[in-house]
Amino acid sequence: MKGSLIIVSFFLLGTLCGISDLIPESLTSGQLSFYALCALMFSVGISIGHSPDTLKSFRALNPRLGLLPVLTIVGTLAGVAAAWLVLPGRSLTDCLAIGSGFGYYSLSSIFITTYKGAELGTVALLSNIFRELITLIGAPLLVRWFGSLAPISAGGATTMDTTLPIITRYSGHEFVIVSLFHGFVVDFSVPFLVTFFCSLG
Amino acid sequence: MFIVIGIMFAGIGTGFLLRNRKLPGLSQLTMVLIWLLLFLLGLEVGHNEALIRNLHALGLEAFVLAIAGVLGSVIAARLLWVYLYRRKGAKR
Repeated sequence: MKGSLIIVSFFLLGTLCGISDLIPESLTSGQLSFYALCALMFSVGISIGHSPDTLKSFRALNPRLGLLPVLTIVGTLAGVAAAWLVLPGRSLTDCLAIGSGFGYYSLSSIFITTYKGAELGTVALLSNIFRELITLIGAPLLVRWFGSLAPISAGGATTMDTTLPIITRYSGHEFVIVSLFHGFVVDFSVPFLVTFFCSLG
Repeated sequence: MFIVIGIMFAGIGTGFLLRNRKLPGLSQLTMVLIWLLLFLLGLEVGHNEALIRNLHALGLEAFVLAIAGVLGSVIAARLLWVYLYRRKGAKR
């Protein structure tokens, strides 16, 4: 829990620095995040390759776990459809379009802003940032309450990059391949599903 | 996207070559990079004025949708977990 609070503090600190213009915007528009992400993935890769026993366990991967992306997509859409019942002023298709971001906030918010305007685009951006944050913060609890697959489903499209380190940490190294496969499939579905639900509304 | 995946596989190869050596500080480095990425994400949000101004109303709505989406997906993940566990005895 302490680790998660530190992560949130860094996010809040970044937000405050952004609001107060303490740190120029050029820092975010540059390539720094991308390089940081590359460095992160390299260090995650080293920790995976460093323990060959983990790699051996990938061969014994249950092929049924290939169903996980489908369950993530269906589960998410069912969840946001239920949320639509308590959200006044939003159509069902708008809610489904936001849910179809699966944590991929950059792409989904651009798509939704283009099709539905900046307001819904902003909700999509925030909602999918929240999804990533919930996964990063809640991973240990999700594992305890819903099993080791839960952080992967919660991570949605982000499970092959930004949330992978957290998933490796709390679900275990043996779930890395499932996580990568899951992230790939869900990530790929984002532009299709978002466009589909925006075109219905 | 594929560059990032490629870099991770390069890391796996590097880690494998170094498997007989101890790598102190690797998990700390991972955490520091996560902190940096979250800081940059916050910076991007903070710089967006229109977003900050309507944050309370839009934020609540976004939060409800995020929680609902996560809950739906983890319940589905739980179903698969229970199904696999019962069939094959926790084979991963």
